[in-house]
Amino acid sequence: MPNSTAIALIPLLPLAGFLLLGLAGRKYLKNSSGIIGTALLLASTVLALYTAYEYFFVYGRVNGVYQQFVPLEITWLEFSKGVSINISLIIDPISVMMLVVVTFVSLMVHVYSLGYMKGEERFPTYYSFLGLFTFSMLGLVLSGNIFQIYIFWELVGVSSFLLIGYYYDKPSAVAACKKAFIVTRFADLGFLIGILILSYSAGTLDFPTLIQRLTSPGSDEIKTAVTYSFLGISALSWGAMLVFIGGAGKSAMFPLHIWLPDAMEGPTPVSALIHAATMVVAGVYLVARLFPVFALTTPAVLEIIGWVGAVSAIIAAVIACTQTDIKRVLAYSTMSQIGYMMFALGVSSYGGGGESGYTASLFHLFTHAMFKALLFLGAGAVIHFVHSNEMKDMGGLRKYLPITHITFLIACLAIAGIPPFAGFFSKEAILLAAHENNKAIYWIALITSGLTAFYMFRLYFTIFWNKPHVIHGEKHGEGGWAMMLPLVLLAVGAAAAGFIPFGEFVSPDGKPIESKFHLGFSVAPVALGVGGIIAALWLYKKQSDKSTKLAASLGRLYKAAYHKFYIDEIYLFITRKVLFNLVGRPAAWFDRHVVDGLVNLAGNTTQAVSEGIKKVQSGKVQQYAIYFLAGVILLAVLVIYGWK
Amino acid sequence: MMEPGLYHLLFISAALFFIGVYGFLTRRNLITMLMSIELILNSVNLNFIAFNKYLWPGKMDGLFFTLFIIAIAAAEAAVAIAIIINLYRSHQSIDVENAEELKY
Repeated sequence: MPNSTAIALIPLLPLAGFLLLGLAGRKYLKNSSGIIGTALLLASTVLALYTAYEYFFVYGRVNGVYQQFVPLEITWLEFSKGVSINISLIIDPISVMMLVVVTFVSLMVHVYSLGYMKGEERFPTYYSFLGLFTFSMLGLVLSGNIFQIYIFWELVGVSSFLLIGYYYDKPSAVAACKKAFIVTRFADLGFLIGILILSYSAGTLDFPTLIQRLTSPGSDEIKTAVTYSFLGISALSWGAMLVFIGGAGKSAMFPLHIWLPDAMEGPTPVSALIHAATMVVAGVYLVARLFPVFALTTPAVLEIIGWVGAVSAIIAAVIACTQTDIKRVLAYSTMSQIGYMMFALGVSSYGGGGESGYTASLFHLFTHAMFKALLFLGAGAVIHFVHSNEMKDMGGLRKYLPITHITFLIACLAIAGIPPFAGFFSKEAILLAAHENNKAIYWIALITSGLTAFYMFRLYFTIFWNKPHVIHGEKHGEGGWAMMLPLVLLAVGAAAAGFIPFGEFVSPDGKPIESKFHLGFSVAPVALGVGGIIAALWLYKKQSDKSTKLAASLGRLYKAAYHKFYIDEIYLFITRKVLFNLVGRPAAWFDRHVVDGLVNLAGNTTQAVSEGIKKVQSGKVQQYAIYFLAGVILLAVLVIYGWK
Repeated sequence: MMEPGLYHLLFISAALFFIGVYGFLTRRNLITMLMSIELILNSVNLNFIAFNKYLWPGKMDGLFFTLFIIAIAAAEAAVAIAIIINLYRSHQSIDVENAEELKY
């Protein structure tokens, strides 16, 4: 049986770190805060690995099927008998897998930040925020009911907000953190409504019960739930759709992705942790968590998820080809890869041999966490070295940053899907699942994988080759062991994670699935990947004007992609021009004149009346006596003549 | 000589009451107003005694009420005189018209 203390400690240790460093860090632990936070997270990681080992190899599998455990359940808010909000932990293949991913990447980022953030004024605050984030993310992953996941969902949003806005004296960072918060809040509104619809329909908040009730066609809950509908769409579909909107906001799916590129204003390790490896895959995790509901009860919504994922994947890949800020390229690449995970879930089905997409999606989540965190940390090392995010300031860095160069190359090969690196296996699995279930999405995915290879190697060649590097002023080395160790460890992960037989461990119903793997099938995506790399090599390895010429020949398309397809402008137009003028201003007028008017009316009336009657309080005793006497006489008359 | 009946007593009591009220409302001197209040209280006492004597001759309730009212009237007079003395100290007058600061 699972060891509930160990599992509960995994999220609680980072929380302890957050409280300790948040309360006492700036005063007493100025220099040791990084070590403390890292040590606590190391303990957490060890516990997570221990839990994963125990779950996957000792007690988790019963009769060849991985079971779901609820090792801890506490009644938190009891409204009445049977209606309560609980705090519970859930242990099943995806939560255990996510535990490992989150703690491992977070640990890497903690270690990396020891070097990267050294000398920062608010170093303890940074580590306490990292602790808060890790706690929230682990809590989200372990949540056993849908309301608890919402609580942690918001906590994750808050810590993301805090960390994006870490450099709060930079106006762009402040704007970015506000943007991230507002956009995800907007999506979370949908999530909340979706939660209410689903839990109301199922009559429970617990995931296992909720899924069981909403997926068995004969259950009472389903029978009543299908009778409700709105705009011709059943309530359950609305619920599932709204929950997905929440997930899409957090996972930066088109068209709610606009916050993610701006979120790169935060410190680079934070981008690696939150905006690449963990928080942004929360949406994928959510869909995976509720996957039976999506697949069995609302297949139409799952179809939408698939298309949203595919569209996000290709749009982001096209935009990534044109950006010049390396972190933004990586941000769009993240969005594109999460699109992959989403459509892999979308093309999957529950039971009947179609589960490979589900497994592939989570497999990709796992490998992506490795190589994308590595890419961000590598980018961090580069930024640390050149003090700029712009690609034009870089070039020829392979001589100065040898370790970063090698690890970055491994990550690029992994994301481009070149065998035998991790990304190859997971991407093949996804493409295979798409090929089996939805040809249109498969073609989109194939093109995207070529684009991925191209933009990643564009980045790689521009940073490490291209023009020779000009050294301005004094130069330091690559950064200490603290920055290099995570790079190396993650590079090992990015190179080797693909060999994990993922289908053995993770599938929608816990039964291991055969990983189908055809050598012949891999030819097309690998060829496209290699083609992308060669194109990038030809364009960017040597300094030349080929790329500018190509951009000019693409004209409109290039310009549109460079401006991110004007999606930000569309948002601005909708909010500033349409919403502000049509809704905001009339509402403000109504508020200022009607609502305030009513309040002022009440105030003014009271004042006028009191002005009139205050003369009664004259201070003359005998006048009071007259009023009193008049009252007594009136009462007497009433009692004598009016009493019936 | 005629034995006075209930109505006589009630008439006297009512007269005393209204004299007291009149005095309270018209006099400006606080001592006189206090005396007027005593008149009102005494009219009440007279009522109690009269009703006790004529309606429940065997009982003592009215008498006890009267005793209590007399005691309270004494206490009230003591308090009122203390107030009046303090007022005189601060205003150099016991005219009620001068003591009207306590207003809106």
